[in-house]
Amino acid sequence: MKGYLRSDGRKGIRNVVVIAYLVECAHHVAKTIVSHTNDPDVQLIGFPGCYPNDYSLQMMKSLCTHPNVGGVVLVSLGCEGFNREDLEKTIKESGRPVETLVIQKAGGTTSTIEQGVTHAKAILESAQQLEPVNMSISELVIGTICGGSDGTSGISANPAVGVCFDRLIEQDATCIFEETGELIGCEHIMEERAETPELGQKLLQCVEKAEKYYTKMGYGSFAPGNAEGGLTTQEEKSMGAYAKSGASLINGIIIPGELPSKKGLFLMDVVPDGEPTFGFPNISDNAEIVEMIASGCHLTLFTTGRGSVVGSAISPVIKICANPHTYRNLSDDMDINAGTVIEGIKSVEEVGQEIFDLVVEVSRGKESKSEALGHKEFILTYKHFDSNQANNANTEFSPACGA
Amino acid sequence: MTAKLVTLHANDNVLICCQQLEASEQISINGQDYELLEAIDLGHKVAKASINKGEQIIRYGVPIGSATQNINVGEHVHIHNMKSDYIPSHTRQSRVGEQ
Repeated sequence: MKGYLRSDGRKGIRNVVVIAYLVECAHHVAKTIVSHTNDPDVQLIGFPGCYPNDYSLQMMKSLCTHPNVGGVVLVSLGCEGFNREDLEKTIKESGRPVETLVIQKAGGTTSTIEQGVTHAKAILESAQQLEPVNMSISELVIGTICGGSDGTSGISANPAVGVCFDRLIEQDATCIFEETGELIGCEHIMEERAETPELGQKLLQCVEKAEKYYTKMGYGSFAPGNAEGGLTTQEEKSMGAYAKSGASLINGIIIPGELPSKKGLFLMDVVPDGEPTFGFPNISDNAEIVEMIASGCHLTLFTTGRGSVVGSAISPVIKICANPHTYRNLSDDMDINAGTVIEGIKSVEEVGQEIFDLVVEVSRGKESKSEALGHKEFILTYKHFDSNQANNANTEFSPACGA
Repeated sequence: MTAKLVTLHANDNVLICCQQLEASEQISINGQDYELLEAIDLGHKVAKASINKGEQIIRYGVPIGSATQNINVGEHVHIHNMKSDYIPSHTRQSRVGEQ
């Protein structure tokens, strides 16, 4: 396996240039820079809001300095609240090439797109000069999420990912599972897997926070399709989702954008602190994938029963289909058919090994199905975590357009 | 060959459907034959034992909610006869399991 060595010692399995818009007003310009540059390694990310937010600033810092990223072009309108200077500084300090374009100073749409394409091509060329070096499985960080779960997910795809996670952890890799709202009902069995009793307490608190938050929001992390697929309750869905974490000891809890402090298995606490402020914790599957990437994931294992087609910017997504009917219907989008477990053709262990083998192949450069199909979804919204807040206590508020 | 219905844990009081089952199809539970009253889709649950109203539904060996009415062996177990003990579920049309 080869990787792109970055200044912080982490290695990337991809070497992409991201074009990042810092407010929705700059989205079109950034998107057009990507389409005119027309290279699969030049990808669009961004944040739509005009109000500053410590979480999204931290997320963008983590994403722009992800080991799969070799360079960045920032596209700002000019008057938005996003702290582009701070973001640019962090990227520069990481040793990556970065250019910031401010549309209001750069002469508007056409001129900014032209300059952006020039910068994107130059940064891509400079990033591609980097020779990959040897990389081992132990240097991988792998995330997992599920989307469109059904009654088959918890008995095929999710436990198979659990088997893959156990193998990865045996080889000293780092694995992250998440969505504490989808662990409601599993908190006590999860507590028993904590490395220390203190961590066990924190795991309980984490799920308790999620339950309170979702209860206030009025809906659990449960979509109509889950019910159509045979899942009846939040706790039933949770038990299936929990199976993705495998059977290894749980070594810690991280928040989105925070890197695991050591190797092992980590739970990502995606539910914001405090009273609900900005809405649902993650409004769709890609919000979860982006958080996994911000915490350093080289690729994400996405299990689905009802079916999903998404991929992601920055890090590949491998899709594992739990339901044999869905697999037949959407086979061009699915990397692994775990429906074979339901049909009695393969064991969970065999499918887990298949997933592990594919993780290694995709890390070596093979395109996942969603990558080959051009899926590069990205979404980032507002959140609040107390620990993000501490770092940026002096952020001045500059309100949206009218100001 | 695929089993029609599987037990995931010895303590479970529901079975999981592993292939599409049609209404009036004969199924065997604990050596007894039952006729399905309705079609059951892949991934859905069927009562393995008779379950009283208020009793917990057990899957994977753990409670996943409780019965909102008495459920007979061989009946479909879903949002019409069970609810979450945590957060109400919802469909496109309505929420379920709320008081």
